[in-house]
Parts: sequence; C-alpha cells; structure tokens
Amino acid sequence: MEGLIQIEDVALDVARPAAGPKPTSSLHSRHVPLAEPEAQLRALHATTTDADFERDLARAGFARGLTPTRLEIFQINIGRLCNMSCRHCHVDAGPDRVAENMSRETVDACLEALDRTEAHTVDITGGAPELNPHFRYLVDECVSRGKHVIDRCNLTVLLLPRYRDLPEWLAGRGVEVVCSLPHYRRRNTDAQRGEGTYEKSLRALQRLNDAGYGQGDPTRLLTLMSNPAGAFLASGQGATESEWKAAMWRNHRLSFDRLFCLNNMPVARFLEWLLQTGNLEGYMTRLTNAFNPATVGGLMCRNTISVSWDGRLFDCDFNQMLELESTPTDAARAHVRDFDPAAFAARTIATDRHCYGCTAGHGSSCGGSTA
Amino acid sequence: MDTYYDPKDLGRFGEIAEGGGDLAKKFFEYYGAVFADGALTAREKALIALAVAHGVQCPYCIDAYSSSCLEKGADLDQMTEAVHVAAAIRGGASLVHGVQMLNHVRKVAM
Repeated sequence: MEGLIQIEDVALDVARPAAGPKPTSSLHSRHVPLAEPEAQLRALHATTTDADFERDLARAGFARGLTPTRLEIFQINIGRLCNMSCRHCHVDAGPDRVAENMSRETVDACLEALDRTEAHTVDITGGAPELNPHFRYLVDECVSRGKHVIDRCNLTVLLLPRYRDLPEWLAGRGVEVVCSLPHYRRRNTDAQRGEGTYEKSLRALQRLNDAGYGQGDPTRLLTLMSNPAGAFLASGQGATESEWKAAMWRNHRLSFDRLFCLNNMPVARFLEWLLQTGNLEGYMTRLTNAFNPATVGGLMCRNTISVSWDGRLFDCDFNQMLELESTPTDAARAHVRDFDPAAFAARTIATDRHCYGCTAGHGSSCGGSTA
Repeated sequence: MDTYYDPKDLGRFGEIAEGGGDLAKKFFEYYGAVFADGALTAREKALIALAVAHGVQCPYCIDAYSSSCLEKGADLDQMTEAVHVAAAIRGGASLVHGVQMLNHVRKVAM
C-alpha cells in the first residue's frame, strides 16, 4: 500500500510536460484495441509476407525450436511508469502506467530467484526503472551479491529534481548505465522521443561524464543505445560507434564507452506507428528478407530470464509485452516466486513473427548487434 | 506496361542475368566489392551513391540509397547535404560552360 501511494505521487510528478517530452500517449490510456497483445499479434499475422519464423529457425539449425543456453542475464522490468512517451516504445510506457509497477514483495522474490541462478548480470529496465520506489533497494541488494548491474536509463529522468543525485549514486555502486539516444544529432532523436529530448539528453550525459561515466573505467560504464527513427534497420554498431564517439566529442565534448544498435520491434507503439503510416507491410518484408541465420545462436532470449512487474517469467522483454509467457515443462512455475532453474533451463523459447526484429541484418538484442 | 518506371523492378534487378549471366555475375560481384568498408566507410560510400543517384536521376538508386543511408546511420540533414553536393556540381557544370560562351562572344562580338 505504501508503495502504491509513493508511485502515485511519482506519477503525478512525471506527468508534467516539463518532466519529460511526450510526443504521444500510451495505447493503454487511449483504450484502443491495439493496447491488447492479441490485437498486436493479429496485426503481425495479417501482413502478407511469407514470414515463418519456425521455418527460418530450422534453416538456421534449430529445427526443434529455440532452446536456452546458460542463464547469464537476469532482466527485471520493474515497471511501466515513465516520464516520457516515445513514439516507438514497445513497452507502451508512460506517466499513466501507475498500476504496473513491481512491489517490494516481488522485488524480494526476484532476489530469492536470483540467488538460485548463476546469472552474472542484473539488467533493470522499465518504463523508467528509477521511478520505482524500490529501485535503489534492488540495486543495492544486487551489488552486495557481486552482480554486474545495468540501469536502462532514458537520460531525461536524471534531470528531475528527486533523481539528480543518481549519477553519483550509481557511480558509487559501479552500475552500468545504458542510455537511449537514437542519434548523435538532434533531428532523429527528437522525432522519435519528442521535442527537447536531445537537449535534455546532452545535459544528462554531461552529468554522467561529470560523475566519472564514459571515460573507459569499467566500473563507470556508459553505453549508448540507438534504434532507428523509422521503418528501417539499425546500422552495424562497429563502424557506427567510432563515428558517434568522434561526433559526440567534436560537437559536445561528451564521451561514452560503447554504442549498442538495435532494431525497433513491431510491438505496441512502434506497431501503431507502422500501421498509421502504412509502413507495416514494408517493414515486415524488410525484417524477413534480412533474416540472418548467424544471429540465432546469440539471441538474448537464450541466456536471459525476463521478469515482469507482476513477477511472471518470460523469455525476453518483447515476449513480455506480447504476453507470450515462458513455457517451462511445468507451466504453473512461470512465476518468479516459484522459479525452478532446472525447469526453466529445459523450456522451449516462445517465438512469433516479431522475432524477426532480433534476427534481421546485424541482429538485435539488449546487448546490441549479435552478428 | 503503362509506365517506364515501376518500383517493383528494383527488386528484380538480378533478372538482368537472364540474357547471359556471366557479365551480370561479374557486375554484381564488383558492385558488392565497391560498397564494402574500405578506405571509405560503407556509410560514406552510401552518401556518395545517394548524391550520384541524384546526379544521374535514377529513381531506383534514389530509393535504394535513401534506405541504405538511413540504415547506415545517416540522418535527413546529412543526406540533404549530399543531394546539395550533386545539385551544386550539376549546376556548376552548366555554369562553368558559360566561360566557353564568353570566349565565343569575345571572339566574334565587337
């Protein structure tokens, strides 16, 4: 109850226009049919491409479906509350998502489950994960367990008064900050994330640099995450990273350690944008034509567990948004409080047409390109 | 056929091999090698290709290299500058011939 009151207070604060750009609103707040995962899957299946992910998996050597490798990354989507409402958001996050935020009880269940794995990394995402009242508790608990912790940060949240100490706070704990920045230039950044995002992002990056982030120190890792502002594939991150580093330094005297490039998923608000602009058919064709068998071995769903705000278990954050739950041998165990590492390791990963987003071109994952 | 240009024809480019495949094979191998990362990055080459596409006014090439530039991380501002390079060279090519006109006029006019 206390957690809920706190989150309502935060939600009121971040709903202000000044708290973060909001070029659209959540599907959820508009009560549109596409807010439902089934409607999203139906839209993907209504496209006329000859997409058949199982057939393509078989071509890549996975005729019996996609199976997990060693569990390395424990990803927690701690809530859908966000101070922004970007046009491409696959989480359909926004300031109205008050109900969908992890309780302290579920955070503790995650920690107990974490202790039963050998995962070396805890990847905390959202929404804006920092807005969850239990975020700092979760980070501290993971750090004390010796885990590498990732905060997936939208940058603008770091400018809000009550989170201004976060760069120093995260630096003191060696937390890697993975930040969203669609492009090192203003146009594509503001087009996707809203007018003014670019300027705020640069100010937030300056604070992270001032706290020691982005200078090659492995305990102050600053990673930028870029996804295309439109219906085209992400660039290869190797060649792009050096160009970005040079441009960010030349134009703004800002530095960062790594660039991840990932494709947009035809899910939630990006799916809505594709439908509204008549780009869905072309984008799905682009994704399926660009299927790259070399990406399958390194797909993130194979070494990741993805926990939703309410404690359910998924193969990845995208399956989570489409409500495609992990299917361990005993389906009743698909909740974090009943987590059974052996059953989880024996599961077959749920796939559907959206999976082409991770296998197209250079491959795409929460860790960037995979091929 | 009621139009000379059909966007679908771009995807059928490979069919050019139908009338004797050897030259097409050599061309596509060469084409692929030209656009690989080299002393210039693939991104820089895509921006050059976009400018040339406007210079030769090939609608297929304009579609193909608009997509390619975006997928290699260029944005609209950068792509527009590349197109202005093509426009400047085309315009300049016309205008610099004005010197030939001037030479002629100086020779024959009083």
